[in-house]
Amino acid sequence: MFGQSRSQRLRGALAGTLGLGLVVGLAACGGSGDSDDDSTAKQSIDCSQFSSYGDLKGKKVTVFASIVTPEDKAYTDSYKPFEDCTGVDIVYQGDKSFETQILVQAKAGNPPDIAIVPQPGLLKQLVATGKAVEAPAEVAANVDKFWDKAWRGYATVDGKFYAAPSGASVKSLIWYSPTEFKEKGYQVPTTLDQLKELSDKIAADGGRKPWCAGIASGEATGWPITDWMEDFMLRLNGPEAYDKWVKHEIPFNGPESTAALDGVGAYLKNDKYVNGGLGDVKSIATTTFQDAGLPIVDGNTCSLHRQASFYAANFPKGTKVAEDGDVFAFYLPGKDASSKPVLGGGEFNLAFADRPEVKAFQTYLSTDTWANNKAKVSQGWVSANKGIDPNNLSNPIDKLAAKILLDPNTVFRFDGSDQMPAAIGSNAFWKQTTSWITGQDTKTTVDNIENAWPK
Amino acid sequence: MLAAILLFAAVVGVILFVATLFRGRRADRWVAYAYLAPTLVMLLVGLVYPGLRTIYQSFFNAAGNAFIGLDNYQTIFTDPDQLTVLRNTVFWVLVTPFVATAVGLLYAILVDKSKFESAAKALVFLPMAISFVGASIIWKFVYEYRPDQGNVKQIGLLNQILVWLGGKPQQWLVDSPLNTFLLIVIMIWIQAGFAMTVLSAAIKAIPDDIVEAARLDGVTAWGMFRFVTLPAIRPAVVVVLTTIGIGTLKVFDIVRTATGGQFDTSVVANEFYSQSFRSDNQGLGAALAVLLFLLVIPIVVYNIRQLRRSEAL
Repeated sequence: MFGQSRSQRLRGALAGTLGLGLVVGLAACGGSGDSDDDSTAKQSIDCSQFSSYGDLKGKKVTVFASIVTPEDKAYTDSYKPFEDCTGVDIVYQGDKSFETQILVQAKAGNPPDIAIVPQPGLLKQLVATGKAVEAPAEVAANVDKFWDKAWRGYATVDGKFYAAPSGASVKSLIWYSPTEFKEKGYQVPTTLDQLKELSDKIAADGGRKPWCAGIASGEATGWPITDWMEDFMLRLNGPEAYDKWVKHEIPFNGPESTAALDGVGAYLKNDKYVNGGLGDVKSIATTTFQDAGLPIVDGNTCSLHRQASFYAANFPKGTKVAEDGDVFAFYLPGKDASSKPVLGGGEFNLAFADRPEVKAFQTYLSTDTWANNKAKVSQGWVSANKGIDPNNLSNPIDKLAAKILLDPNTVFRFDGSDQMPAAIGSNAFWKQTTSWITGQDTKTTVDNIENAWPK
Repeated sequence: MLAAILLFAAVVGVILFVATLFRGRRADRWVAYAYLAPTLVMLLVGLVYPGLRTIYQSFFNAAGNAFIGLDNYQTIFTDPDQLTVLRNTVFWVLVTPFVATAVGLLYAILVDKSKFESAAKALVFLPMAISFVGASIIWKFVYEYRPDQGNVKQIGLLNQILVWLGGKPQQWLVDSPLNTFLLIVIMIWIQAGFAMTVLSAAIKAIPDDIVEAARLDGVTAWGMFRFVTLPAIRPAVVVVLTTIGIGTLKVFDIVRTATGGQFDTSVVANEFYSQSFRSDNQGLGAALAVLLFLLVIPIVVYNIRQLRRSEAL
């Protein structure tokens, strides 16, 4: 394997090379790598908290994840205190096709020590291979201490608890332009009805369409609609119905999901509302989700775009993402101001080995210490770990996401399509909602998805 | 890496050593067997075993733990989504080889013995050098759509031409089955160069005396093509047709890159991948792979026969 480093120094140099090499070329990489390493090492690391793990010097733990350069640097940086204090070498590998690769590796009996799994559905599949290892008691204790109850459930298979959540994302967000809102006197809506009124108002004011949307994403085309529908399922029918829907205890073509999809249709299939600057309703199908929100700042042809917190990274360089900036997001409101359902995603650290060093590392990752270490070095990352200090997050959108996640009134639900069987969650649901946006009616759409459910 | 090379050297060494042990009348035969053994083992491990395993898996359910007989095959021929996949595959196989071969043949005849022959040939042959993924990305730009709005400029060639002619820009890759044919164009663009090269070589191999004799008889251009050129290069045409046909049945990259199989553009090879790896339905995926295998076999057999015949000429 390439990039497997044998020593701390080499690792530092490598990280420096990767990070800097992209920006300034290969000059001066060695020096910067070293100083980078030193500064992190000297920065207030209290090694005493790691002493309970025992002597692990010279051991190695492999980590496999879907996060690649440049976002992986924040991960490797956050591992450094653990590496420096325990002497364990963490070998990180990122792969964009992680989701198929990890299954192949697990089935072939060649998995990494720790996999950062982005979906509960995939986690269940991996547990089903029989290669995953139950989480140690310390991790379970940390999860009870630092996370909302729902999270433990997502990583529990047949009553056994497997993995602590690490990162989390908030999907129930609507991007908008604070400047435009201020100019035109628009208010951030606090109920679904107000959202509708706002959309009508923007449409009536003319000059631009209220919404822009895009669902193209290669073979995953359609996934942004699944998020829309999950948000509406959660708001129109409540979290209990949502859970039943995800587990297929109520049918996909029942009145609840029909209402939810029609609720989405009231926005996305409405010619008066979409698709600001991008074409007609059908253009949603061919606009990539990365480009879809740009008309808010680029050309000012639409005002609202529903997308997760990570969307901040898509705006062009120089765009000020802040409450008083060019673009920011607000919470996609619930049915009334008192209910606060939040749709989100997250990652779980699943272990495939129970060597002491793997257990120790897994435990470190489940602590508030790690969450805060990671928060300090990250951009566009947030955790639902209650021990996280929002002041450690540097950008406003991460702070907003953390605020929403840590709000005691928040009812968090994990992305539904990620929990449904793959035949639905990453096939029929995508495909049928894509057909729906290009003209297929709601009934045919929900019927087809129901029929595709594995028997 | 070094270990692998050493292991390889050791295996080769053992085989060579074993080969020297045989003496006597039948030694040649045994030496041949010894040399063939590694290839045979690799074929068994890398081709025969996975093949049989796939066939076996195609009789099992999605998770691969319950025998369900021919249900997966029944799904392929009854499920509306799968029927669309079959329909698209039929379009691909019927259109691509014939059009690509026709274009290649026409081009070969047109540029034959012209002044710029080699340059003209290179031009058409170039797409062959581009990967399917690259070609699909290029053509995605050709089909690219921008809305029909005052200040918005088209960036797609096809829509720009349409706008110049006074039409409205279309979302070419959304409407089925038109989108499938637009994807087929990409394959034709790639394969026409291959057809042209092979057929051009065949045309040049036609003996001059036949052509001269036909000229003396006062044959027309069409007559020359119909009664002299075509019969003479018939085996080459068949080889080109079948080779492109095999490639077309397996087409995957183009569909995956251009539309991801969305908007009813999926074909068997793409569907087999998406069922196996995305939908987690290994049984159906395996059944589709077996179907693809069965469809390819007759063409491969015919292709090899024709190839032998054309070599015999």
